[in-house]
Amino acid sequence: MADRDKDIAATEDTKQVSAAARLFDVRRVIGGLFVVYGIVVTLVGIFDSQSEIDKAQGVRINLWAGLGMLVLGLLFLLWQWLRPAEAPTAPADEPADAGGGSTTAEQ
Amino acid sequence: MRTLAESLRLNLDALDYAIIGLYFAVVLGVGFAARRAIKTSVDFFLSGRSMPAWVTGLAFISANLGALEILGMAANGAQYGLLTVHYYWIGAVPAMVFLGIFMMPFYYGSKVRSVPEFLRLRFNRPTQFVNALSFAVAQVLIAGVNLFALALVVRALLGWPLWVAIVLGAAIVLAYITLGGLSSAIYNEVLQFFVILAGLIPVTVIGLVKVGGWHGLVDAVRGTSLGDSALHTWSNTGSSDNPLGANWLGIVFGLGFVLSFGYWTTNFAEVQRALSAKNMSAARRTPIIAAYPKLLIPAVTVIPGLVALVTVKGLGADKGDLTYNNAIPALIRDLLPNGVLGIAVTGLLASFMAGMAANVSGFNTVFTYDLWQEYFKKDRPDEYYLRVGRIVTVIGVIIGIGTAFIAAGFNNIMNYIQALFALFNAPLFGTFLVGMLWKRMTAWAGFFGLVIGTLGALITYVLYKVGVVKFGSDLDESFWGAAIAFILVVITAAVVTPFTEPKPESELRGLVRGIGKADLNEGAVAGDRAWYRSPVLLGAIVVVLAAAFYLPFI
Repeated sequence: MADRDKDIAATEDTKQVSAAARLFDVRRVIGGLFVVYGIVVTLVGIFDSQSEIDKAQGVRINLWAGLGMLVLGLLFLLWQWLRPAEAPTAPADEPADAGGGSTTAEQ
Repeated sequence: MRTLAESLRLNLDALDYAIIGLYFAVVLGVGFAARRAIKTSVDFFLSGRSMPAWVTGLAFISANLGALEILGMAANGAQYGLLTVHYYWIGAVPAMVFLGIFMMPFYYGSKVRSVPEFLRLRFNRPTQFVNALSFAVAQVLIAGVNLFALALVVRALLGWPLWVAIVLGAAIVLAYITLGGLSSAIYNEVLQFFVILAGLIPVTVIGLVKVGGWHGLVDAVRGTSLGDSALHTWSNTGSSDNPLGANWLGIVFGLGFVLSFGYWTTNFAEVQRALSAKNMSAARRTPIIAAYPKLLIPAVTVIPGLVALVTVKGLGADKGDLTYNNAIPALIRDLLPNGVLGIAVTGLLASFMAGMAANVSGFNTVFTYDLWQEYFKKDRPDEYYLRVGRIVTVIGVIIGIGTAFIAAGFNNIMNYIQALFALFNAPLFGTFLVGMLWKRMTAWAGFFGLVIGTLGALITYVLYKVGVVKFGSDLDESFWGAAIAFILVVITAAVVTPFTEPKPESELRGLVRGIGKADLNEGAVAGDRAWYRSPVLLGAIVVVLAAAFYLPFI
């Protein structure tokens, strides 16, 4: 394999000290931001004046967009709560011939 | 002097600014939080190869979803109509699937840290050098284009002076990449993906309501100068007598094959996202997961482009605020009330930063690993290269600011970008494809193929620009320039190989089809065996969907 290459091997060797496992879960950020956006824009939508609704061609767009963002944000938080991040180092039991087409693709 | 009716100036209120401000705070917060996860150069340049597939997949699409792409595709929608979907359905999806299924085992399996590094292993150092240098130059150029376009839009929408927007935009991207490296770029790209959509969907929905739904839009477009031919994707491509100015051969071979495969499979700014995935399965699924949103994005770019064409008076001006590129900003102005207005502007700003961050994170990696480590300071400890990466990020952004003004003077920015792709990517793809399929191709055949192909594309472009060679349109030129470059690579490889020394097979293991086998289960986790995580199945489904999407619009 190509990882006999000196530069690549040196970089691969640093894996033991990698701090990547300390990375946080991005779902929390997406969920948090969209929940805030959702609440704010929904509130704006509830109190929208007629002129604002007219500008949006009669659609209560702030209300709908706000609710949509709120749902998206909550879904991300729910997803994170139900399925926390997988532990990164759990190899499959028998990797040799697992999983049909995807794993036996011709090289 | 601009009159009031033509101005794109938006009436943002305090709430809209608060929405924008919150977004920037979160983006910087991600940078600070990601900093804890960086100890080695791989952490900085490749996220420690730890990312799950859905994250790398969305980052993959987001890296391509820069504002240039969004505004450019809406502009194309207004100029070429539904023919613009060729850029997505034939011009992206098949290449993304090909990257995931066939090329990723070579890229990820060989543990290379960049695309130019693959060229070093498969061919030789000169090939790596040519590609690393041209890539680095292209990335800072395109980062500059992104920055300039950002400044133009911010000036038009918010009234800020150009330099304020350029410096502020550059400073934010610089801060979060220098702090958190690729992890921070990728996380912000995933966030940007959703914010961009949250901005574009309301514009599209209200736009459609305004023109009386899809049928209203179709009727209105028939009445414009574009006419009925803008509503078909293939039926007028027997000749180049259609809005796109390209025939089916140019679309299929030039755009669908050479141009698109060149961009998606060898552009390190994209491939880097997949290299940061946590195992082989996730790396292979990265571009394929990205292909699904790519199928649907024309709904929020091409449709607004057409809505703007029929509702925005004066759109299509040669200069000023009402060029085609401002189709979406004009709709935002006309249709969105405060609240979603703030979200939409945030989405636009986010997409500018997504595009630029992808350029910068690709640039710093290639510069550090392929130029600095190879040619200037070899064999230093890993911390040294991590530090170089951070410094190079700063330098790259500063050069990007400097080149921001090169972008001036081009009416349709997208064509300019396409011209760059044609020059760099198509010959690169040709070199990769032949090199991965034909084990006897020699190192020097790779080098000369790449150089001659690039020169071929360059000469075609120059001859077209000075009027010696005629093409249907700029786009038609970029299709054919790419195709010519590709063919030149193949011919050069065939001619040079017999006269030069082949590489021993032992050095080609895992790099060429038929020599060694990449471990497709490398680092697999239990869940990767599920059918819905099979790259081949997911890829096949998205290709079939892309073909099916054409059916209503033949």
